Amino acid sequence: MALDKNQIAQRIAQELKHNYYVNLGIGIPTLVANYIPEGIDVEFQSENGVLGMGPFPFEGDEDADLINAGKQTITTLPGASFFDSAFSFGMIRGQHVDLTILGAMEVSENGDIANWKIPGKMVKGMGGAMDLVASAENIIVAMMHINKAGESKILKRCTLPLTGVGCVKKVVTELAVMEITPKGFKLLERAPGVTVEHIIASTEANLIIEGEIPEMIIG
Amino acid sequence: MINKTVNNVQDALQGIENGMTIMLGGFGLCGIPENSIAELVKKETKDLTCISNNAGVDDFGLGLLLQKRQIKKMISSYVGENAEFERQMLSGELEVDLIPQGTLAERCRAAQAGIPAFFTPAGYGTEVAEGKEAREFNGKMHIMEHAFKADFAIVKAWKGDEAGNLIFKGTARNFNPCMAGAAKITIAEVEELLPAGSLDPNEIHIPGILVNRIFQGVKYEKRIEQRTVRKIF
Repeated sequence: MALDKNQIAQRIAQELKHNYYVNLGIGIPTLVANYIPEGIDVEFQSENGVLGMGPFPFEGDEDADLINAGKQTITTLPGASFFDSAFSFGMIRGQHVDLTILGAMEVSENGDIANWKIPGKMVKGMGGAMDLVASAENIIVAMMHINKAGESKILKRCTLPLTGVGCVKKVVTELAVMEITPKGFKLLERAPGVTVEHIIASTEANLIIEGEIPEMIIG
Repeated sequence: MINKTVNNVQDALQGIENGMTIMLGGFGLCGIPENSIAELVKKETKDLTCISNNAGVDDFGLGLLLQKRQIKKMISSYVGENAEFERQMLSGELEVDLIPQGTLAERCRAAQAGIPAFFTPAGYGTEVAEGKEAREFNGKMHIMEHAFKADFAIVKAWKGDEAGNLIFKGTARNFNPCMAGAAKITIAEVEELLPAGSLDPNEIHIPGILVNRIFQGVKYEKRIEQRTVRKIF
């Protein structure tokens, strides 16, 4: 069975380490906050200027002056801080944020990522994505393996305008966990019940497959 | 004390003319200079180049200026929430320069701090890098970006004093501190304007030297773009 979006988030949450500062992108990455493993302390950064982001507020407690980068109302946790946009991206470029988790439309085997523009169709802007991918030491992409038309989004070369080059380290999809090595995508894990053959058939890029590929452990 | 107060938004916006370049603080609808935007609509100032992270929504924020076709060019990082914007952009009525958010912030800060240009890794190898000088530092490629040049910066703060000192609240801070002092003239609108000496100097985020005119705004709507709440189980 292919994973649903919550399960992708659940699998990515296993990558969180104790005392990590983490930036979560919009979409599936936001869901990662719901699955922080027991005993692990992390602090979430939102690039519009907050560290120590907490859950959404209860109804009636929404504050127009307190939002995340997705413009959603949020709360803060003890230890939180606010800062301006230049400072926020200084923190990102200066590699003080340990892990960046973001979505993508395409990823290629050399670690390129495309997630901001579909020429002629969607031109909304890159927001902070280009700064994040160019700067972060550790980037995990949460995405769907194939698009609605059934085409692979795990490619030899991206076809869409790039967000960043050679920056992605790991990709988690509804089918697989893959690491990007100097030789290309290496298959690390497969979704429960999904065969290696199915993953190969769903992947346009070459896959490095060494030995038995274990199933992901979800939940 | 050098007094920076002006009586109202009309006095604050004196000198803004057609064709000028204006920086406006805010992230989405959070921390935007609502009073000044409303006054720009009333003044019918045209052919503006606006430097602002976002372009508002159809009927609020910079969307109000877009509706009246007062903006010639937008320099932003993300403009996804505005159908009128998209229409004007696709029809070619509106010129749009989309740039990475951190680069946008740093180009403001550089202008504020007297740094003409800087190198950043953001956008290297993408269409953002086209036509820009690229250089390797410490084994990593960077592109050169320039400080903005703007006629006016309009920022919004929570509290301010007569000397132009500013304090921001929550994530309404965002681009506002970066834009203060980054243009020839900086206008600050605040929710609460206090006599000099009322704010603790230890708590001030932006000192008044970066602010030319300050006034107390009225009737802040503070619209929420994505009201998101937790379910109570």
